[in-house]
Amino acid sequence: MIGNKIARFFKYFFIYVLLIIFIIPFFLMINNSFKTTQQFIESPFSLPEKIDFSNYVNAFKKMNFLDGFVNSITITLISVALILLTASMAAYFLVRIKWKVNKIIFAILVASMIVPFQAVMIPLVSIYGNLKLLNNKWILIFMYMGFGQAFAVFIFHGFIKNIPIEMEEAVLIDGGNKLQSFFKVVLPLLTPVMVTVLILDILWIWNDYLLPSLVLLSPVQKTLPLSTYSFFQTYSVDYAPLMAGIVLTILPVLIGYIFAQKQIIKGVVQGAIK
Amino acid sequence: MKSKKKTLNNAGLFITFMGPSLIAFTCVLLIPFLYGVFLTFTNYNPIKGTKDFVGFANFIAIFSDKEFLTQFIKTLGYVFYSTIFCNVIAFILAYLLTSNIKAQNFLRGGFFTPNLIGGIILGYIWKFIFANVVTQIGNSLDIETLKTSLLTHPDRAILAMIIVTVWQYAGYLMMIYIAGFVGIQKEVLEAAEIDGAKGMKKLFNITIPSMVPSFIICFFITISRGFMAYDLNLALTNGAPYGSTRLASMHIYQKAFQANQYAVGQAEAIVLFIVVAIVTVSQVLLTKKYEVEA
Repeated sequence: MIGNKIARFFKYFFIYVLLIIFIIPFFLMINNSFKTTQQFIESPFSLPEKIDFSNYVNAFKKMNFLDGFVNSITITLISVALILLTASMAAYFLVRIKWKVNKIIFAILVASMIVPFQAVMIPLVSIYGNLKLLNNKWILIFMYMGFGQAFAVFIFHGFIKNIPIEMEEAVLIDGGNKLQSFFKVVLPLLTPVMVTVLILDILWIWNDYLLPSLVLLSPVQKTLPLSTYSFFQTYSVDYAPLMAGIVLTILPVLIGYIFAQKQIIKGVVQGAIK
Repeated sequence: MKSKKKTLNNAGLFITFMGPSLIAFTCVLLIPFLYGVFLTFTNYNPIKGTKDFVGFANFIAIFSDKEFLTQFIKTLGYVFYSTIFCNVIAFILAYLLTSNIKAQNFLRGGFFTPNLIGGIILGYIWKFIFANVVTQIGNSLDIETLKTSLLTHPDRAILAMIIVTVWQYAGYLMMIYIAGFVGIQKEVLEAAEIDGAKGMKKLFNITIPSMVPSFIICFFITISRGFMAYDLNLALTNGAPYGSTRLASMHIYQKAFQANQYAVGQAEAIVLFIVVAIVTVSQVLLTKKYEVEA
């Protein structure tokens, strides 16, 4: 009995120590974002003397936070919406129309998931650079649409396969075509997997650095990861505003996480298991 | 007449449903990939304007490039250790968090948080921690090894990369292992207990073999992401000190876009692709084989 209690105590002790290690970096960022650089270097653990938002004002201006935020939001939302729509339509076609070529297309899509981004990055920049298509937000969105296809089609394909064709027959008998039966019957049924793909793609595109760093070259087009990077490159000595910059950048994600924790975790796990 | 109309109809259907998806996929992934394979056999250089066929010269150049080989071996080490530590910690966490503990959702949410944040930000957060916080602790507790930043030691800085990678992915993998633990049927566990399997014995003989699918997924994720790590590398160490932490992806990026050796960089990227493909596919096959035997 006593042995059990001790084991229990150690279990809780171990977990909470680990949790503190996991969470403390965030605490340190927030804590030090209210101090001066001097105070931060002397004692990173002490609490700030007063809540002073001047670092935030500073960071907000210097990293062009508003531009970065608006760019990130537009690029992420439009890309994800396009991926969801086009990939679900493609998956529907691949499942419902039994052509030989469809099997080949699906196989190529699935195989492409193993290709690391690094293997296409150089030719991608070279091709789009030659066509003078770089430095364009819409081209970046198009690229996300292309890179997002394989995974999304794969997930939707697995789900649509299990939707009985009989459910669509009512629409088809009424003289409706495939398009109507897709939008009226199949699309609403896809909602749960849509959420999975939506969450994974939002996290991917929102946090992505390498692709936009190759495509978006002018400062006004920068997404948040890019503006954070250049902010850090330019002001690498003045720590305190940098802390505030980090907090500003992760705040939207953390707020989203607080409201949709269940869906996010479920989506991420579902996406991995499938 | 009728069949012609049907073909036309089918073509229309194909274009409506598949068109946008296929065009984007082809223009962004398929063509660049094939063109990339082609470039590895040329001396492509957009600045000099050359693109002549050179056979296997780029691949020969890679394997005689000592720097690339050392950095590639370093990448292998990084992938190996981060995979092991990520999975061990994630598995332990998942085991503890499914064993009747209070405030489970709060704990799961907490461990998962680092996974939501991009590599660039994570890298900067930890740069401060290694450079300022850890050294502060070392000074006040008078621990010699903590007094200087891990990031300044050529032979140890890679440890910093591994630590942050574990911190980033452990919570994510934990969620997948939790799903695995929950998925094991209660009857199986109860039957095992009736047969006298308890504690560690139950864990190793029943639980772990029935969680092979989770292991496959988690190892696949950590291995493939490890080989592709770039953002974290860039923000945390940027290859410093003395290129000792420059992993394969960063090497490729710098070779192409900074040293302007586009074709060699592309050849390295294809080598990376082949290695990732071989490692991940054989890992999946190996684990699947084990699953059948168990």
